[in-house]
Amino acid sequence: MTTQEPLVKVEGLQKLFPLAGGLFTESRSAIHAVDGINFVIPPGESLGLAGESGSGKTTTGKLLVRLIDPTDGHIYIMGEGGEADIAHLRGKALKRFRRNVQMIFQDPYESLNPRRTVFDTVAEPLEVQGVGNVLEREQRVAQLMDVVGLSPPKTFLFRFPHELSGGQRQRVAIARALIIEPTFVVADEPTSMLDVSIRTGIMNLMQELADRLGVTYLYITHDLAVARYMVDRLAVMYLGKIVEMGDMEEVLHHPLHPYTKALISAVPVPDPTFERVLPDIKGSIAKPIDPKSRCRFYDRCPIKEKICEGSDHPNLEDKGAKHYIACYLV
Amino acid sequence: MEEKILRAEDLTMHYTTRAGEVSAVDNVYFSVGKGESLGLVGESGCGKTSVAISILRLLPENAEIKGGHVFLDGTDLISLDEEEMRKVRWGRISMIFQAAMNALNPVYKVGDQIIEALETHMPSMSVKESRERVEELFSLVGLDPKLMDQYPHEYSGGMRQRAVIAMALSCNPDLIIADEPTTALDVIVQDNLLREIMALQEQLGMSMIYISHDIAVIAEVSERIGVMYAGRLAELADAAEIFHRPIHPYTFGLMSAFPSIVGPKRELTMLPGEPPDLIDPPTGCRFHPRCLYSKEICVEQAPEFKDHGGGHFAACWYPLEARG
Ligand SMILES: Nc1ncnc2c1ncn2[C@@H]1O[C@H](COP(=O)(O)OP(=O)(O)O)[C@@H](O)[C@H]1O
Ligand SMILES: Nc1ncnc2c1ncn2[C@@H]1O[C@H](COP(=O)(O)OP(=O)(O)O)[C@@H](O)[C@H]1O
Ligand code: SF4
Ligand SMILES: [Mg+2]
Ligand SMILES: [Mg+2]
Repeated sequence: MTTQEPLVKVEGLQKLFPLAGGLFTESRSAIHAVDGINFVIPPGESLGLAGESGSGKTTTGKLLVRLIDPTDGHIYIMGEGGEADIAHLRGKALKRFRRNVQMIFQDPYESLNPRRTVFDTVAEPLEVQGVGNVLEREQRVAQLMDVVGLSPPKTFLFRFPHELSGGQRQRVAIARALIIEPTFVVADEPTSMLDVSIRTGIMNLMQELADRLGVTYLYITHDLAVARYMVDRLAVMYLGKIVEMGDMEEVLHHPLHPYTKALISAVPVPDPTFERVLPDIKGSIAKPIDPKSRCRFYDRCPIKEKICEGSDHPNLEDKGAKHYIACYLV
Repeated sequence: MEEKILRAEDLTMHYTTRAGEVSAVDNVYFSVGKGESLGLVGESGCGKTSVAISILRLLPENAEIKGGHVFLDGTDLISLDEEEMRKVRWGRISMIFQAAMNALNPVYKVGDQIIEALETHMPSMSVKESRERVEELFSLVGLDPKLMDQYPHEYSGGMRQRAVIAMALSCNPDLIIADEPTTALDVIVQDNLLREIMALQEQLGMSMIYISHDIAVIAEVSERIGVMYAGRLAELADAAEIFHRPIHPYTFGLMSAFPSIVGPKRELTMLPGEPPDLIDPPTGCRFHPRCLYSKEICVEQAPEFKDHGGGHFAACWYPLEARG
């Protein structure tokens, strides 16, 4: 048996956003948006990232594609020249790295430049990377448009975003992300603004492309029902920390961390005869500004005990079968 | 038979735009029982908000009610003048608008905004009585009454939404229309609010029309459910009935495309296409271009919205039950 090298390996990844200090105070306060997370993603095995807004999902995604710089930690991504730490790449090396990774955003209305045609938008990454000549680019764009279901391409190539429906715009965003054949794509809530008819189509499309082109996703979503269809493994984040991680179905059916349990039981079920167990959780999510040295979930936890307050945030530990939990009491 | 508080009959409403007439509500028929919660579900652009604002006659300038009736305890709201209609709003029927939590005025204290609404709609109330009423309303929706002297920006999203609900309840309405009140909220906050709304509805004996594009949310809050498609009601039945025995192909398609965290992971089937542009809606049954079962008659003639037994209404020439 061969153990496969991971495509992505994240170690101690941290991102702090310093708060602006007052005029006379030297403030070192910071939002700990992502605060020391670790995970690996094997090639072809998509990882889901769930949690309430403000838990640090988007920041994690942006770090992985280096749209923002980490405060600390390592991001190893397997590329042509083997594994490289891309956490602190600059200049040419960063540009080369961008060929392998892409990000798809939540809002197709905001992520596309309203003054650029579909062709310009989709072809841009090719231009930036200097791939092919104009003719070759046109061919590649047309081909991919067909693949993402914008066909015949001719009728879409020279339209502007406002001339497209929400679903069509998200297809354009997907085409743009995939045109340079990245190995790794961060998809940040790509279907959350879309209606059911369109959503299922986009979900199917993304999976088909994963199979066909060998793309691996980090799939960010607050919708666990959608995650179930898109990912193999799930990581649940809370205030900058991963509190639980494991096989998607395993986490969904046997959640162990009290936060994951609350999150799952809060999901409405499309069956009027189903009786849900009520979520057991207090209050609402806060901003992780200079978090105290204790479990991040302490304030809202229904089962907390003294140890949770007296010690640092618990480590993420394997409780067997690669089901990881960060909790003193599980 | 159960007593009805509201009955919409053949309700039809159009918007005029430069591109043409938008047929946003077309011959919609439904009723709401006393104390009942009716869910209205459908994808965006299917006319759910348009139905709500037609009932309350809170229409933008380019909208016009083209026909039909809305009976509130026997009085046709469509025939009332603006003065009489004003009394109905808030006092008898009040509405929580989509994205209402962003509608609180940022420069006024939250409590004062509710007091102002009370003063407008219940002029006989004294200042002291209004303040007491706001305190009572805050407690009712689970907000600390001390928060009434704070500004909207000091509230979280969930708290603002509660304040909006308190405002909608301020004049003791008999019917409340909630238009996507939890959309864009996180699941835990959403769950909290749904529970709050359901508890209040029961405690106060109110009727409710709950609007959402999310069939899981609709399943949680509704006793009966109406499914809208392209400005028309496609199907209407008891909640469990419509989920377990949908008879309109659109309802069936909507449900098959919807993922759930419960039960085995079944394949999600895709509903091909998208809802139509209502400036030029399809002829006959408006669902026919997307329907697997459509035949000539579906293209030519709109199916009647009729009872298929036991109050299970649907508008389809080839209802699923008949096909077995
Ligand atoms: N550019 C930024 N500057 C300051 N704070 C930020 C910035 N981006 C995100 N944050 C904060 O970091 C935390 C995590 O945010 P985010 O990664 O967007 O979470 P999520 O995607 O899970 O909703 C939040 O408290 C958010 O307000
Ligand atoms: N003010 C308006 N002017 C013109 N058309 C409108 C207006 N408001 C809504 N519409 C159109 O009416 C139809 C129904 O919209 P709406 O009632 O908002 O649907 P829903 O609430 O189900 O999303 C849509 O085609 C929409 O584009
Ligand atoms: S460590 Fe303690 S406070 Fe944190 S989640 Fe577990 S039980 Fe709750
Ligand atoms: Mg985010
Ligand atoms: Mg609406």
